[in-house]
Amino acid sequence: MNRRVYDFWVGLFVILGIASLAFLALRVSNVSSGNPTKVYRVTAAFDNIGGLKVRAPVKSAGVVVGRVANIQLDPKTYRAVVSIDIEQRFSFSKDSSAEILTSGILGDQYVGLNPGGDDAMLAAGDKITLTSSALVLERLISQFMFSKASENKDSAGTSAAAAPAK
Amino acid sequence: MGNPFVDGFIKIGFAARFFLAVLWQSGTAFRRFGLIIREVYFSGVLSLVIILVSGLFVGMVLGLQGYDTLQRFGASEALGVLVSLSLLRELGPVVAGLLFASRAGSAITAEIGLMKATEQLVAMEMMAVNPVARVIAPRFWAGVISMPILAALFSTMGILGGYLVGVVLIGVDAGSFWSQMQSQVDLYQDIGNGLIKSVVFGIAVSVIAVFEGFDAPATAEGVSGATTRTVVTSSLVILGLDFILTAFMFRGI
Amino acid sequence: MGPSGNIFLLVHCNVNFPDQLLSERPCFKIASPMPPSAQIVPAPSLVEIDNVTFAYDTRTILKGISLSIPKGKVVAIMGGSGCGKTTLLRLIGGQIKPSKGEVRVAGSAVHELDGDALYDLRRKMGMLFQFGALFTDMSVYENVAFQMREHTDLPESMIRDLVLMKLNAVGLRGAAHLMPSELSGGMARRVALARAIALDPMLMMYDEPFAGLDPISLGVIGQLIRQLNDALGATSILVTHDIVESLAIVDYVYFVSEGSIVAEGTPAEIRASQEPFVRQFVGGLPDGPVPFQYPAKPYADDLMGAPRA
Repeated sequence: MNRRVYDFWVGLFVILGIASLAFLALRVSNVSSGNPTKVYRVTAAFDNIGGLKVRAPVKSAGVVVGRVANIQLDPKTYRAVVSIDIEQRFSFSKDSSAEILTSGILGDQYVGLNPGGDDAMLAAGDKITLTSSALVLERLISQFMFSKASENKDSAGTSAAAAPAK
Repeated sequence: MGNPFVDGFIKIGFAARFFLAVLWQSGTAFRRFGLIIREVYFSGVLSLVIILVSGLFVGMVLGLQGYDTLQRFGASEALGVLVSLSLLRELGPVVAGLLFASRAGSAITAEIGLMKATEQLVAMEMMAVNPVARVIAPRFWAGVISMPILAALFSTMGILGGYLVGVVLIGVDAGSFWSQMQSQVDLYQDIGNGLIKSVVFGIAVSVIAVFEGFDAPATAEGVSGATTRTVVTSSLVILGLDFILTAFMFRGI
Repeated sequence: MGPSGNIFLLVHCNVNFPDQLLSERPCFKIASPMPPSAQIVPAPSLVEIDNVTFAYDTRTILKGISLSIPKGKVVAIMGGSGCGKTTLLRLIGGQIKPSKGEVRVAGSAVHELDGDALYDLRRKMGMLFQFGALFTDMSVYENVAFQMREHTDLPESMIRDLVLMKLNAVGLRGAAHLMPSELSGGMARRVALARAIALDPMLMMYDEPFAGLDPISLGVIGQLIRQLNDALGATSILVTHDIVESLAIVDYVYFVSEGSIVAEGTPAEIRASQEPFVRQFVGGLPDGPVPFQYPAKPYADDLMGAPRA
């Protein structure tokens, strides 16, 4: 067995390895294929981000238009400041609103962008002012219980009020 | 001394010193890169068959079992995610590591042990050539280089196997198989960590294989015992390191 | 008997092989088979073992042993198994350090040399191991070329000439392309010999060169050891327990038993010796200073004692 045979097979081996890594990186992982898309960064402040994570998608009308880049707590306002990278080709008006939604019933959370009517567009560094926080399940349940309880009280009150009127 | 614990510590200490000696002599090994290439052929290329075939079968089984479990929850479109994450994070590095230890690790141990038994290593020393630099270090680095490549190939074949069974045979939707996979598999978290694991396992298996060969008693039973020890120790170390690495890497998720 | 014709070797007038090669014209020597003779002219010692004690764990293998190997001679060190002969070779080669005493090669104490100096010394030594110890993953040619490739910068064409020359000296030039697994025991030993003389060493050490060979190979190896020693102007140490072959070729013999020298002399003196150990060894007698029976209690006690247990 001479050197050339070894070199050939080892070369083939290494090329196979690189090819499989490339396959895994491009076809299997969430790396956006091709050129890194240009993005611009805007921020939005939320009372509660729920389970939102960095790299979560930012969608408008269900289509992915960007990614969550950063999540920080503002020490002055105690609100969560979420930085999102929106792809350059998508422009949103300055009065767009951002809300935190859940994909499916128990799925991952993402940021939904709803465009507004303003002529001026968001630029890098701008803040989205209209935000709607995530639905936290406990708050939802306690709200539901509370409203149900007050409903009963009202209906009890009205029925009690209606009864003597008879 | 006889006490197994003390003997064990002595052996580990000797192994650590040996490992440092191998690293120290590695400069010479890299200057004679042809030696390393030759060893990559024997450790890596000759392990290709077992890795590719095993990867395919593991992936196919994952496809079958994964579908069976997922469809109970109506989540059969997540099959791609299940197969790819299982392979990239765990099965790829670990199973490829175990197979590598059995096939290439034992071969390295046997070869070095035999060279020791037939006085080839001593002969080399007497010819003023350092056997650690010429014989041991190339085999060590060949193992470290081969392991990540083999793990990546294992994972790739596994995913293709899962695709074969899930989409082609069973009928899971091809589009959701790949799109869900692509949205859930992260380049750094999953593929990157899997790669790091395979490099760590490669280092572990190579050190153990090379050391056991060097330390083997110069007899037939000695060499065969050393070969067995290589496979057993490597397997245990791989599984143990896997737990530790997984705990560090995937805690946040 | 032995390789036919003359041995034509590229021999350098000085020992420092790599440095001198390109600056001096190499000198050619035609060596003809020389009769093994005890040359009475006293020669300076190349190797001196000075009151060396070597102990391993609790066993003392060498007990204050002293001997010297004169330059240019072939010296045999003989003794039974486990008497310390191979240990002596290891001490000379610097593989182990003596517990007490000094081992000197060409004037410098081997165990005091640092890594580089030790490797320099080893390049001037050639060692033939018991079963050849050829590198099994390389061909015969590559085995012989090994040292040349590792320690010199000679071009491949010159290495090729040298390798073929060395192989021709041992009679195996036609086997250059074979792998060690394809060689018989005698052939492997000869290739190992060619490999050991690759850099024309000043000291050749042979560890049981005659072990396990057929009669023809025995004769060949014996003749080669003598002829190469004289042709290279080297010194040879033979560790063996083969009486017939070694007494035919060596200049001097040391007998080692249980870690010390019990007898020494020229082959003629040894054959004529009345020393009991030498007589038992040379004559192959079953009983003598080396007892036949492994130490045990008296036979009668052993037989009688059994029923009582």
